Amino acid sequence: MSEPLIKVESVSKSFLLKHQQGTPYSTIRETFTAQVKGLFRRSAKNNFQDTEEFWALRDVSFDIYQGERIGIIGRNGAGKSTLLKILSRIITPTKGRITIEGRVASLLEVGTGFHPELTGRENIFLNGAILGMQKDEITRKFDEIVDFAEVERFLDTPVKRYSSGMYVRLAFAVAAHLEPEILIVDEVLAVGDSIFQKKCLGKMEDVSKAGRTVLFVSHNMATIAALCNKTILLDKGQVLAVGETEKMIHAYLNSGKKNSGENMDDSVPDPEAKLKIRRVRILDQNLQSNAEVHNETKGFIEITFEVLKDGRGYDLAIHLTHLQHGPIFTTCLKDSDITKNDVRSWRKGIYTYRIELPLSILRDGDYSVNASAAIPKVEVLDQFKYETNFYLFDTISPVAITTEGRGGAILPVLEWSETGYQQR
Amino acid sequence: MRINRIIIEPGKENSNYWKDILNYRSLFYFLAWRDILVRYKQTAIGLLWSVLRPVITMLAMCFIGWLFDSPLPSGIPRLLLVGAATLPWQFFASSFSEASNSLVTNANLLSKIYFPRLIVPVSTVIVCLIDFLISFLILAVIMLYYGFVPDHKIVFLPLFLLLAIITSTGAGLYIAALNVKYRDFKYIVPFLVQFGVYVSPIAFNSADIYNSERILPILKFLYAMNPLVGVIDGFRWCILGDAIQFNVPAFLISVSISLFFLILGIWYFRKTEKSFADII
Repeated sequence: MSEPLIKVESVSKSFLLKHQQGTPYSTIRETFTAQVKGLFRRSAKNNFQDTEEFWALRDVSFDIYQGERIGIIGRNGAGKSTLLKILSRIITPTKGRITIEGRVASLLEVGTGFHPELTGRENIFLNGAILGMQKDEITRKFDEIVDFAEVERFLDTPVKRYSSGMYVRLAFAVAAHLEPEILIVDEVLAVGDSIFQKKCLGKMEDVSKAGRTVLFVSHNMATIAALCNKTILLDKGQVLAVGETEKMIHAYLNSGKKNSGENMDDSVPDPEAKLKIRRVRILDQNLQSNAEVHNETKGFIEITFEVLKDGRGYDLAIHLTHLQHGPIFTTCLKDSDITKNDVRSWRKGIYTYRIELPLSILRDGDYSVNASAAIPKVEVLDQFKYETNFYLFDTISPVAITTEGRGGAILPVLEWSETGYQQR
Repeated sequence: MRINRIIIEPGKENSNYWKDILNYRSLFYFLAWRDILVRYKQTAIGLLWSVLRPVITMLAMCFIGWLFDSPLPSGIPRLLLVGAATLPWQFFASSFSEASNSLVTNANLLSKIYFPRLIVPVSTVIVCLIDFLISFLILAVIMLYYGFVPDHKIVFLPLFLLLAIITSTGAGLYIAALNVKYRDFKYIVPFLVQFGVYVSPIAFNSADIYNSERILPILKFLYAMNPLVGVIDGFRWCILGDAIQFNVPAFLISVSISLFFLILGIWYFRKTEKSFADII
């Protein structure tokens, strides 16, 4: 096996937390008085009582090889962003050593270095230079970047007039065309629409096929599962495990706080919003929230949403994704009675719907459920910000009984009718 | 394909630092370009500002010199004497203060992207340099008006411009790095600049100080320690010709202070740069 491209050896990073409220930076006066006090009292310790050492990363080690697509998952505060910042050389580790062979491009935030007053064209050059490209390199790739970002018409518009989707498209396009040996992407794709997300994932896959390496942080397990062939699971600043993405996601979903199979959004809606999705639950046969479903019983998805403005044509959609095998289906409210629901007018209020999962055709594994609302072909009304996960146990299918492995995203039991036989 | 290896370790000097700066050389240009493009957005008279400010300062300084009747070297109109000093002074004042604040104003960049941090303050100096070159036209107009033709010494002007750049970059780097941690410098810098107007030879001529019998030698020495004295005297010597006395020992003092600040600035900047993203 060749040498690793990135070698991380027992890296730790500590921050000093100040417990007193106020500015994170000091003033000369503070430093000066601390020094003077130190002169008179031997225990200068008193001055540091209100600070505490916090280890964002502890003894993190792993190797990454060329062409790998690495996912990094973990709860908030697990140290994912700190790790990415260290790998991008923005901050230095407190201990340890990292060796990187090659050029690193990182996209830790949407449009860092974009200047709102400058046009799209100008920002491509500026951003490219910030990421380390030379002028002729940017000129050469300019058309490709514009093409990918789909902003041709707005090239000479200041980016402050861009929608957030256009903004992230342009930012991603510049970073992805840098041709770095290593591309580091933090959770930034969530802003774009699903078509563009797919395009970005495709681009990242291309990047890795061209022999480059991708590091990707996301809370969206479906995206991680779709893109990454290896995943690092972080917890409280430590590497919990490194390995196959599917196993890591399963370990992550089952670690720590028990996954309840329920997500709520109580936030105050935008005053302009017409509809807001409030809750998505996974229900077992007893109609209780449960993150585990068995295919010998029944399972349901329940969605609760609030109509904030009377209106017509609202439609809800549930997207089911198998974390190993990708999208399984999208089901829409209006499917169930297409002629009636297409013209149905909605009154203000809170609605709840329940969908029975077709467990007989689904295979075992980790699933994620996303929900969105739209007036089809007109506007997106809401996108539920949480991903609700559940695990489907297979206890009754023929595959489960024989414990053989089988490929494929679904596992229907189909009828085989014998239609011919000839004796030889 | 040549692969460059990066080693990240605490406390370790980045061996690729200067090579990195070379790799990121476009960024000097683009950051300066950004600042120039953005600066005059939504202003009514735009680029005129970079001419108007030095002109007004020049006139005010002329008035002060005239009011206190500061002596004029033979054959030099006051406007020219003051003009030759105002332009380098303006360059220093703006590049020093903008470089000092540059890291804090670009905090979002520092905390999200790696690039050699040195580029940020240096590119603000480049912006001010462009301003300076534009405002130099004013001096040309004044010279034309008085029919004044500089002698061969004008060819040394780039050297003194370089000295001005060294002075403002050195001091700017030092203060910029300090400013990341101690925001006091946000208040100290304007004060320093204001103070500089009084102790630099703008409305008057350095020879007035050195030749005065009322001024103690120690004060003359302190005066020469102002790095701007060297810069301005040099500018006047190049532009105005033989009428200007050039005090070589005093000039050497100024120059050594400038170089001292450059070394201090780069050293301190490099030393603290790694923690910028942690504390900014």
